[in-house]
Amino acid sequence: MSDKIIMLGNEAIARGAYEAGVKVSSAYPGTPSTEISENLAKYQEVYTEWAPNEKVALEVAFGASFAGVRSLACMKHVGLNVASDPLYTFSYTGVNGGNVIVVADDPGLASSQNEQDTRMIARAAHVPVIEPSDSMEAKEFIKFAYQISEKYDTPVILRTTTKLSHSQSIVELCDRKEVEDKPYERQVRKYVMMPASAIGRHVVVEERDNKLALDGCDFPINKMEINDKKIGFITAGVAYQYVKEVCPNASVLKLGLVNPLPKKLIEQFIQQVDTVYVFEELEPVIEEQVRAWGYEVKGKELFTRQGEYSASLLKKAIFGQNDIVFDKKDAPNRPPILCPGCPHRSVFSVLNKLKIHAAGDIGCYTLGAVAPLGVIDSTLCMGASISTLHGIEKARGKDFIKNWVAVIGDSTFLHTGINSLINLAYNKATGTVIILDNRTTGMTGHQEHAATGKTLKGEPTNAIDLEVLCKAVGVNNVVTIDAFDIVTLEKTIKASVNGDELTVIIAKAPCALLKGQKFPYVCNCDESNCKKCGMCLKIGCPAITKQENGTIKIDETMCNGCGLCKSYCKFNAINKVER
Amino acid sequence: MKELNIMVVGVGGQGTLLTSRIIGKTALKAGFDVKLSEVHGMAQRGGSVVTFVRFGEKVNEPVVEEGSADIIISFERLEALRYSHFLKKDGIMIVNDCRIDPMTVVVGASSYPENIIEELKKEHTVYSIDGGAIAKELGNSKVLNSVVLGLSAKHIGFTKEEWLEIVKTTVPAKTIEINEKAFMRGYEC
Repeated sequence: MSDKIIMLGNEAIARGAYEAGVKVSSAYPGTPSTEISENLAKYQEVYTEWAPNEKVALEVAFGASFAGVRSLACMKHVGLNVASDPLYTFSYTGVNGGNVIVVADDPGLASSQNEQDTRMIARAAHVPVIEPSDSMEAKEFIKFAYQISEKYDTPVILRTTTKLSHSQSIVELCDRKEVEDKPYERQVRKYVMMPASAIGRHVVVEERDNKLALDGCDFPINKMEINDKKIGFITAGVAYQYVKEVCPNASVLKLGLVNPLPKKLIEQFIQQVDTVYVFEELEPVIEEQVRAWGYEVKGKELFTRQGEYSASLLKKAIFGQNDIVFDKKDAPNRPPILCPGCPHRSVFSVLNKLKIHAAGDIGCYTLGAVAPLGVIDSTLCMGASISTLHGIEKARGKDFIKNWVAVIGDSTFLHTGINSLINLAYNKATGTVIILDNRTTGMTGHQEHAATGKTLKGEPTNAIDLEVLCKAVGVNNVVTIDAFDIVTLEKTIKASVNGDELTVIIAKAPCALLKGQKFPYVCNCDESNCKKCGMCLKIGCPAITKQENGTIKIDETMCNGCGLCKSYCKFNAINKVER
Repeated sequence: MKELNIMVVGVGGQGTLLTSRIIGKTALKAGFDVKLSEVHGMAQRGGSVVTFVRFGEKVNEPVVEEGSADIIISFERLEALRYSHFLKKDGIMIVNDCRIDPMTVVVGASSYPENIIEELKKEHTVYSIDGGAIAKELGNSKVLNSVVLGLSAKHIGFTKEEWLEIVKTTVPAKTIEINEKAFMRGYEC
């Protein structure tokens, strides 16, 4: 053991995978899981990559495990939906080298489109789930997960949540233990999931579930603390910390294995305690099973299925107390917004001017739904913008979409948007798709992807040419335009939505936050020319504010000098000058 | 010092994260159990952000709850107002005297409250500083975080030397000297 250091939960997960001797890792970025791969990439002993999507990532991890090494796949909760096809059958094949899938849930929706609970999918797929409650446990539990994976011949999900992934606590580091590669053996009955093999594997899966539920009672990752027997909590993950904060003297069964549940251990706990609360974030996964076994416990009638838990939530629900001393003050909301110099703003300003509706997608550009730009009408999941537009056209006819486009980011397009575009080309669509190509995966904090020319490890590689790719799937009309050239953008979008040919417009300009971006210009306002018309305020740039006298002011420290405001000023009141 | 609950609040992009990490590392070095909670992803894009630092002999929960903050460090006035009810009865506030209009104000849907610092002072002990002006004077507007940290450090505890040691190892190598200067300007206020 070395010195104590403070580590982000995600960094600790990466460290644990490294110490466990993992050799191959594949992932797609997604808050709150992204930093796992970014940290793992720093260890040269581990091959680490960004895959175009989570399905591909999990299949790569399956392949590596199948070939006999310890492998990892990481994703956010909704990423597991994309990867659920391989997941359900990977559960049948089991592993050769150990496999762990880290899935990060987002109760409270810090940066997601829903609040689904990964344990529900894991139960359906019969995959064991392990849940740590702080950084040190995250590092140690993932190592234990590899042992279980190999011993019980199964992929294992390590479930984390935003509060664990994005909080820091103290860890002690260990050395990496190299694990010898398992020999590869051809086993058709185990790995070729045609019906005759799968029938047999289903039996194995059920036996494995039962054995894990039994053996799990003795796993060291579960912890029973018997104190005051009047009140007891069954809990897991970061929720445990809230229980300790509010009721340090209560009895607690802290589950490290949350699927399958260690039934005997839970029964043993319930029998010793008068009143048992099940305190679990999101869905009543533990509670419903315990009730189904015939035990009376308290749970979701007191604690919500929504949002993140906290100590105060627990205190209020059980004791009706709160610690608030001062009243909450009225303060205008400050929702997230597109950054100064963001190329998405430029495209959205044109769509707004042309009164065009957009089927949206997952990325920073979802912020184009809110005032003052307000152009995005739908956001469902990764890649859905293009297929949504297609559905609208097939439902209402091609004239209905004369004031519609689909907007999608470059990384999201490569994730699953490309499949949707194939559908449009194949099924005679006439719509307009705008790829907001900012040369990075923006919202998750600037990860490389297949069109940036760099790998996760920063090595140069082949870069997909989006224009060539779109043409290859059958889109004849593909144009690339500088995202800040609003004159050409307007002309092209107008012509394309009014035409009858499927068109892809690649609006290209790098993300303003991308590392290495230079900002040689800055804008300022010449108040004597400002006619207080408010045109520049319509683009919603946070660097521009209205002063008391009605003229506008541009904050020079925030301005990135993109000049979009200048393009919309009819009175030459805005200057773009060298910094 | 038994336990301290600190919040660092501001507008996404202002550097609240780095500030809370420096506080966390300093407390760790001094031998405390430490937990920090951060914000990543969409909320970072110009939105209201809050990070929590807790240290003491043993820390469970990684966040600070309403009514339990000993110190709130705010990089912007409106954000100080927004989170003021997190303070304990005798909690204190350190406020960087700067105004950033949220989009709701820019588009005219709401107005920016007047005299925030004066209002806060009616209920709380508030120390305010124009970190931006001091940073500009030092020649790098980005070091305002270190100015605000310097002022906060005085109220958190630990020695000047303990703080500077962590500042040096946390900020980019090229900016060590100017960050040290910025820290001291805040510390000596």
